[in-house]
Amino acid sequence: MPFMPVKFNLPKRVKLAQGLWMLYWFSVIVGILIFSLGIFFKIELRKRSEMMDNNESHLVPNLLILMGMLACGINTFGGKVCHDCLDPIKFTKWKPMLKMYLLLCCGFSMLLLLTALLCILMQFAVYLTLAEGLKNGIKFYKDTDTPGRCFMKRALDLTQIEFRCCGNNNFRDWFEVQWISNRYLDMSNDEVKDRVLSNVEGKYLMDSVPFSCCNPGSSRPCIQHHLTNNSAHYDYDLRTEELNIWMRGCREALFSYYSSMMNSIGALVFATIILELADMAGLKYLSTALETMVDPENPECESKGWLLEKGIKETFTELLAKLKMLGKKTNQVEEGRDATVDTT
Amino acid sequence: MAVGKVTFTKAEREKLAEVLWLLNWISVVAGMILFGLGLFLKIEIQKWQEVMSDQEILYAPHILITMGLAACGINFLGGKICLDCADTNKFLHWKLVMMPYIICTFFFTSCVLAGALMCYSIRSQLEESLFLGLRNAMRYYKDTDTPGRCYLKRTLDLLQIQFHCCGNTGYRDWFQVQWISDRYLDMTSSAVVDRLRSNVQGKYLVDSVPFSCCSTLSPRPCIQQQISNSSAHFSFDQQSQQLNLWKRGCRQTLLDHYTSIMQSVGLIVLLIWLFELLVLTGVRYLQTAMENVLRLGDPDSESDGWILENSLAETAHSNFNIIKNLGKCYQVDDDLNINIPAATAQQEVPSQQNQIPAAS
Repeated sequence: MPFMPVKFNLPKRVKLAQGLWMLYWFSVIVGILIFSLGIFFKIELRKRSEMMDNNESHLVPNLLILMGMLACGINTFGGKVCHDCLDPIKFTKWKPMLKMYLLLCCGFSMLLLLTALLCILMQFAVYLTLAEGLKNGIKFYKDTDTPGRCFMKRALDLTQIEFRCCGNNNFRDWFEVQWISNRYLDMSNDEVKDRVLSNVEGKYLMDSVPFSCCNPGSSRPCIQHHLTNNSAHYDYDLRTEELNIWMRGCREALFSYYSSMMNSIGALVFATIILELADMAGLKYLSTALETMVDPENPECESKGWLLEKGIKETFTELLAKLKMLGKKTNQVEEGRDATVDTT
Repeated sequence: MAVGKVTFTKAEREKLAEVLWLLNWISVVAGMILFGLGLFLKIEIQKWQEVMSDQEILYAPHILITMGLAACGINFLGGKICLDCADTNKFLHWKLVMMPYIICTFFFTSCVLAGALMCYSIRSQLEESLFLGLRNAMRYYKDTDTPGRCYLKRTLDLLQIQFHCCGNTGYRDWFQVQWISDRYLDMTSSAVVDRLRSNVQGKYLVDSVPFSCCSTLSPRPCIQQQISNSSAHFSFDQQSQQLNLWKRGCRQTLLDHYTSIMQSVGLIVLLIWLFELLVLTGVRYLQTAMENVLRLGDPDSESDGWILENSLAETAHSNFNIIKNLGKCYQVDDDLNINIPAATAQQEVPSQQNQIPAAS
């Protein structure tokens, strides 16, 4: 009892072949789209790798690039088969490869599922990398003369301006690090000396933030220094002043950016899986319809197409039995080899 | 003595009609490109419209948008006409429309050229407009509570951050305007009152700049206050001063930005104009060739096509006479000696009689 049988006559077969050919070419375009999204994601990660300590994992974009290329190749082959299948001579060329091809498509769909799951799950890794990277970024902000870190200030300033954020969790992170280099501090000044001495680690800490934290939408000129001291500025209260500097932390801002990107890519990969399954089903129907033609010489005869030759349960038990047989055969071969080794 | 005379066989005429049909459809795409360019230019100008004092710059994108839509329509009609022109019977439907269509397309093509030239000539007008616009923007920077000006601060800050520029000509322009609102000045403080009194117009002027002038390339934290007093800051040497703020003025930066956009847009519009001129020439040749075929009477014979029937001087002279006579026939003339309206009517009737036997 075949699973989901459908009767086909010539016009229906022709329509199925044409529709399937267009579907395969659409899948090729989707494959190209996944490839380009993988490249885009890789470039975005590289652009901001300084914020992630150059430590970010490129697994997801590399996998997307690979999946895109595989999708293009597999679907082009499928399209070629569909194009040739209505011509019996050409179809006999492709017939023996079809079973292998469908198994390959199955495997590819599994890989796509894995990629989609990774897209969703790797967001945690990105979050942790961002937290660590930003913490180090703020720490090394002042080291513009240390080779390897001299562009950290610029990168962090540009990130805070572009993503409209300040600090790691919020702007108070800047109060806990010395972000002004000792080269620009007048060590002979009493105030500076007092501040440095009052700190256990000898750091020059201030309740100020860099200029890149300033919000252009504020109605008053930016207040960067002495933020916690309300009396240092006229008509200023830190608790009510929300527009002065950016209130959001850069970790949250960068994470929401990458998270939305990864979620959309994951959704697209899920849609591609469904598309691939539709392709496989169509090809199975088409190949069975062509194989079961009652009279091969007469192209106008009727035929039947199905998804599985027997029902789902029976196919499953057959598959298990086959795997068991395969297992037994390999065991027998090994036992035979051991026996011959023992006897010699 | 015809201008640009070329002889066409029947096959050549049909080929010309086919090629022109294709070219007209490509022109429709070119028209859409023109429309897109106009839209892009309009959006780019509107982004920073607040720092431009006059809005005449918007004429160029509006012309491009109109021309783009007109191109789509004209070339769509042209494609239809050219498709029908290969056959002499179908050509008769369009015969009377062809001449007005060609004149219309000629005027449209000149408008496209005008649009392209406008893109190139806009630089001086833009410079003046930017100078005044930026000066006003800096004056009203502090007026964040005045309706109509409350977003100027944000616009100017974003402009300086994005284009890496400061002030009109340079950062010193900020020393000459009061950019801190009185609302945020402590009038009870003696320092503030002194500064206000020392200025003739009672403005609070400082040698400081807004935060958006700070350069991200500077290795040291930004120094915004007391910029002209290098001893007020530790180790504020020449090199630190160079890297501290953005050096360029916003007027020059914006001018360069818009000039480069306009030049690229102008170049593309010029190329589209050349293409439209080519299509127009082809349609004119097809029209004259088909008319001559009808005049000769044999649809399979060879015929001549030209751009102008007589030389340029003669055509101009005859057109001028037509316009003069057109003017005269609208005059209510009491002079019985002049008999021109009757004479021209008599001339028209015989020429129509001549054409009808030729067509049959």
